[in-house]
Amino acid sequence: MTFTEDTMSRFAQEVAKFPAEQRQSAVMACLAIVQQQHGWVSAEAEQAVAAYLGMPPIAVREVTTFYNMYNQQPIGRFKLNVCTNLPCQLRDGKAALDHVCHRLGIEEGGTSADGLFTVQKAECLGACADAPVVLVNDRQMLSFMRPDRLDDLIDTLKAHAR
Amino acid sequence: MTAVMPDLSRFQASGRETCFHDRHIGAQIYAGLDGRNWRLKDYEARGGYRALRKVLGRDGGGMTPDQVVAEVKGSGLRGRGGAGFPTGLKWSFMPRALPVQKYLVCNSDEGEPGTCKDRDILAYNPHIVIEGMVIAAYAMGITVGYNYIHGEIFELYHRFEDALREARDAGYLGEGILGSGFNFQLHAFHGFGAYICGEETALLESMEGKKGQPRFKPPFPASYGLYGKPTTINNTETFAAVPWIIQHGGQAYLEIGKPNNGGTKIFSMVGDVARPGNYEVPMGTPFARLLELAGGVGRGRQLKAVIPGGSSAPVLPAKVMMDLTMDYDAIAKAGSMLGSGAVIVMDDTRCMVDSLLRLSYFYQHESCGQCTPCREGTGWLWRMVHRIEHGHGRAEDLQLLDSVAENIMGRTICALGDAAAMPVRGMLKHFRDEFVHHIEHKRCLVGANEAALA
Repeated sequence: MTFTEDTMSRFAQEVAKFPAEQRQSAVMACLAIVQQQHGWVSAEAEQAVAAYLGMPPIAVREVTTFYNMYNQQPIGRFKLNVCTNLPCQLRDGKAALDHVCHRLGIEEGGTSADGLFTVQKAECLGACADAPVVLVNDRQMLSFMRPDRLDDLIDTLKAHAR
Repeated sequence: MTAVMPDLSRFQASGRETCFHDRHIGAQIYAGLDGRNWRLKDYEARGGYRALRKVLGRDGGGMTPDQVVAEVKGSGLRGRGGAGFPTGLKWSFMPRALPVQKYLVCNSDEGEPGTCKDRDILAYNPHIVIEGMVIAAYAMGITVGYNYIHGEIFELYHRFEDALREARDAGYLGEGILGSGFNFQLHAFHGFGAYICGEETALLESMEGKKGQPRFKPPFPASYGLYGKPTTINNTETFAAVPWIIQHGGQAYLEIGKPNNGGTKIFSMVGDVARPGNYEVPMGTPFARLLELAGGVGRGRQLKAVIPGGSSAPVLPAKVMMDLTMDYDAIAKAGSMLGSGAVIVMDDTRCMVDSLLRLSYFYQHESCGQCTPCREGTGWLWRMVHRIEHGHGRAEDLQLLDSVAENIMGRTICALGDAAAMPVRGMLKHFRDEFVHHIEHKRCLVGANEAALA
């Protein structure tokens, strides 16, 4: 697997933050960049990142599997993480998760038949006062996601994908 | 297949509800923010970087590193991340004269359920963290620092990098800061979903590109930290408090709070309150006043219980809370802890078994798996609470819950084991009758979950 010039330049910016002998420190950032580009982190991508950073592939695999946000298999085009931890649960976080799953006709953790959506129950996203909250594709935190706004979000994403 | 995303900005928080609501008392960190004025020029207009100028002698005298540490010691500032350790004392542990690379780390891995105060600092006032870190680095003779930012708030990782660029361009970071002989490089680092990395040694492992599994202490980070080098780690809000202390003096900061509990504190008021959000108030503010700021319990319901310091803190019943002041010592005396400052409020419709079930699920999910008592014990706790909640509890389960919790506590490398056990013991101490009712009657005492059990 080879990376684009743009990806390599983003990798280099991350590596430059650390001492020359500590390139491994950039592994989490590099894997996040890979995931943003490809949607998930494949074994081939892990090996390529390992080669780039000069670390064993198994050490990269340990990182991919330890941290919750890395996708270890291909997922839908839009990943929706809905927080259901206690502070969110008290403000209908669980109801938000159920609503999204029901709307898309999938179970928690599943991907919609059209391949557009993957819905996951999330642990604390750190936005508790905004509950219910949904994190989209690891990047955008959406707040106060009551059922009408969840419907609006799903419609917006569907329209965009068309 | 980089997904080009549609504009989702209308779904994003503006900060009005949680941060710029004018319901703080004597705000220092959140003062004067509106969501648009996070850039360097705005921060300077609010008096930003004047503390750094004072320290480096750009506006006269200057301060020695010892003077900076003494000022912070005198302020009564205690760690805002959860443990409440005196910041000045921590800084004095750094072997400043040791001729090796030393590191400064900001812990912005804010994932303690209930807590979202550092998020609003990083979103709306990032330069106050940078200024606090430069001053800390100067005080401890450190030349390189990192800010470890919770992966779930990735947008703020980018914002912090923008703020760093502004600070570098203006000479507040880098070589010869403000024309002095002091150098300090600061970088942003992001996590990617692991509660445990909020633990300082797990955070260091993560920064080294590994699984975030905590290290044995001692050695403490001050002697063996990042890459095995002396390292000081403080929370975001702790660094953000430093510029005010330097500007106005440690004594003035101390006097805002209570003895041994200096300054203001940001509380994240979450759960059953009418206006969830972050509230910056003097340390020692009565809980009743804080609840009032957050609009009360709301929906005409009564206060039942409060978890006063993030999900790891033992729950306290309403009658205890209503007489309590919000500071480290008062909350500890009441049998809980101030922790991260997350105040999880629960009204009288809430089932304590159901609430504990969600917390127990969280801890077994986030245990790093390194220590047997935590890895096995957190799952055991969750399975027991699960069967009690679902009407399959056994008469001996309460004693067993207590025993498992007791046998996790103090028997693990890091505090996650204790954090999982303390909520269990707190719930059993104050709301035992609800658990007994679930076991004996196979249904909920408060009625909230009768349908689920039917």
